[in-house]
Amino acid sequence: MTAGRTASPGHDHGTDPEGRDQPGWIDEALAEHERLELDTAGRRRLPLADREQQVLDRIDRARRRKPRVREERITMSHGSGGKATHTLIEAIFLDAFRNPLLEPLEDAARLRVGGSAIALTTDSYVVSPLFFPGGDIGDLAVNGTVNDLSVAGATPLYLSAGFILEEGFAVADLNRVTESMRAAAAAAGVHVVTGDTKVVQKGKADGCYINTAGIGLIERDVNLGVAHAQPGDAIIVSGPIGDHGITIMLARGELDIEADICSDTAPLNGLVAGLLDAVPGVRAMRDATRGGVATILNEIARAAGVGVLVSEDDIPVRAEVRGASELLGIDPMYVACEGRLVAVVPGGDAGAAVAALRAHPLGEQAAVIGHVRAEQPGIVQLKTAFGGTRIVDLLVGDPLPRIC
Amino acid sequence: MRFVDEFRDADKAHALAAKIAALCEPGRRYKLMEVCGGHTHTIYKHGLEDYLPESITLVHGPGCPVCVIPMGRVDDAIHLASQPDVIMTSFGDMMRVPGSGGSFFDANAEGTNIRMVYSPLDSLKIAGQNPDKQVVFMAIGFETTAPSTAMTMLRAAAAGLTNFSVFCNHVTIIPAIKAILDSPDLRLDGFIGPGHVSTVIGCRPYEFIARDYGKPVVVAGFEPLDILQSIYLLMLQLSQGRSEVENQYSRVVPWDGNLVALKAISETMELRPYFEWRGLGFISHSALQVREKYAAMDAERLFQVPGVRVADPKACQCGEVLKGVLKPWECKVFGTACTPETPIGTCMVSPEGACAAYYNFGRMNRNRVAEATRGAEAAQAGRS
Repeated sequence: MTAGRTASPGHDHGTDPEGRDQPGWIDEALAEHERLELDTAGRRRLPLADREQQVLDRIDRARRRKPRVREERITMSHGSGGKATHTLIEAIFLDAFRNPLLEPLEDAARLRVGGSAIALTTDSYVVSPLFFPGGDIGDLAVNGTVNDLSVAGATPLYLSAGFILEEGFAVADLNRVTESMRAAAAAAGVHVVTGDTKVVQKGKADGCYINTAGIGLIERDVNLGVAHAQPGDAIIVSGPIGDHGITIMLARGELDIEADICSDTAPLNGLVAGLLDAVPGVRAMRDATRGGVATILNEIARAAGVGVLVSEDDIPVRAEVRGASELLGIDPMYVACEGRLVAVVPGGDAGAAVAALRAHPLGEQAAVIGHVRAEQPGIVQLKTAFGGTRIVDLLVGDPLPRIC
Repeated sequence: MRFVDEFRDADKAHALAAKIAALCEPGRRYKLMEVCGGHTHTIYKHGLEDYLPESITLVHGPGCPVCVIPMGRVDDAIHLASQPDVIMTSFGDMMRVPGSGGSFFDANAEGTNIRMVYSPLDSLKIAGQNPDKQVVFMAIGFETTAPSTAMTMLRAAAAGLTNFSVFCNHVTIIPAIKAILDSPDLRLDGFIGPGHVSTVIGCRPYEFIARDYGKPVVVAGFEPLDILQSIYLLMLQLSQGRSEVENQYSRVVPWDGNLVALKAISETMELRPYFEWRGLGFISHSALQVREKYAAMDAERLFQVPGVRVADPKACQCGEVLKGVLKPWECKVFGTACTPETPIGTCMVSPEGACAAYYNFGRMNRNRVAEATRGAEAAQAGRS
């Protein structure tokens, strides 16, 4: 790593020894700063509050620029579901594969094949540990793909399953995984109809990785998408958030914290069907996996060009999840769920939507957590329980525990 | 949730806010520094500034352990981690801090093995499981985290582990506060004292601030009401012309500190003659190094550490932000070239860094003040 590094005293980023593209973007920012801050006579020209506003506007512009991956190599942040993941997807994958079906970047693509409307999705599962309270990689792999299809308004039908197995992986464990996949598929009413197996050398994988793809039939006349959110719409979550992510963190056994919680992994197709029956005008649904509810709220704000205001007091979080999050300095808003969805519905339908969700066992604690508004487009704000407000932005990478 | 919700009660906050406002002398402006990055985080996370009158400005201090680590030390750490058969362990916050050739995450992408641990003790587990590797713990933090490093060293010694060492970057808070008090750029009215550091060092070390510099200090807890109450206590002192050290966080902080922890630190570590702080420069006797007696656990003695001083990028104004001279958004590159995705300076990395806190939580300040005022009026109307 250090071979090419010739850091010398006094060097600055402008002449980065590794020739990264820093001079350009830092210099641009500095030039922009100078233009904004100084008038022709070189005096600062604005009162403090206005200058702060200018800076905020500048940030806003910087954020709208075409995303670029500045890192030379993939880091763990690129897989976290936060800003780094978004940048990677938009700058690399979307750029390479761009087409109208991919562009909305929804959980599943909606296609027309013959006379039918079809939803297609895929997801890979690399969870560690493979077995955790409330589930394992097997039911996760089925439920995750079922849920991506469900929130696209489709009835999930068929799944593929690809296995990447590490040399030395116990066959008994593989049996456990496939048994829970079978059970999860039966519960969701889907069939695993094709598959693939690869084995890699010991050390080249972590026991077992699974990829599933799924197709579902869109039978309803729905047009779902986070870009459809409108001011006045209500934002609903289907239950307590953060259970899965906190369960996994604790199951890794690195924290020496014990709590009585399990993953919320579950198929959402039944819940979604109930919601769409009651409120056909649902504007958007997302399942709150990696990046948590906060990431979805940001996707809504950005895709629809609206503001989002949610209230901390109204967001259901289990006491155990809150406790663990407080200890770790992690915000449950960013923690993954595997059996929760966020729905955007017209304001007038909020009551009916919550009632429909609560009628299903997986939605008993559904709640309206906030609403969409015209003010401050692109920004998600949280009214804190303390009575203040703050921004809820996308995280760059995984939430990292604070040290003190 | 007990012990949390009581300290986030909006009604009590409104009551305290009114008392604070009543103590403000018309026309006077107050600058209070929260020394600790944990406080900065709380202030932004809960929108606490909504409760303060315009005449009170909170200035963010140097107490963010990640933020004060200079680039050269990050480079040294990556150099250590890239030695053959070395596993480095580090706190999570440190992973994204940029050195001159990238962060720990970038180094890992290029082949180093730097693992995130939640406690330094986890390093011993890793050392036990990898007897053919050298495990180096990247020790950072103020007196808050130094005891856990010290205890880890004592345990390693007791267990006879020979493949564990510490790359010691522990710093001490008092010299940094003194450097700020002596800095001509800044006029402060009082200090919100660091709560966690004080659980270890107690309140006595701050007495010189009140006595010699005439500035009140209130050691504060980390919940929003803790901080609001501390601001009230500071304002009370200022209004009465007092300058004393008070302990708002007495439920956790003993006046004399934690003697066991202090003993563990002094058993294993000693003051360095000087240490470089990001943005503040070299400050004498401001950091700790491993004692001779534990030389076998001192990564700086076991390995060749380049120790090259790397100047901060020219565009970076972390120093001014750490000293409280600049508000985060006043930095030239804030939010444009320097963002949480591509941090140039350390203040943008740690959740305790003032820039990251402001970028992530605080950008709607002016609207919040208006909204909070309306909210307070509505609450008042509702009660009466």
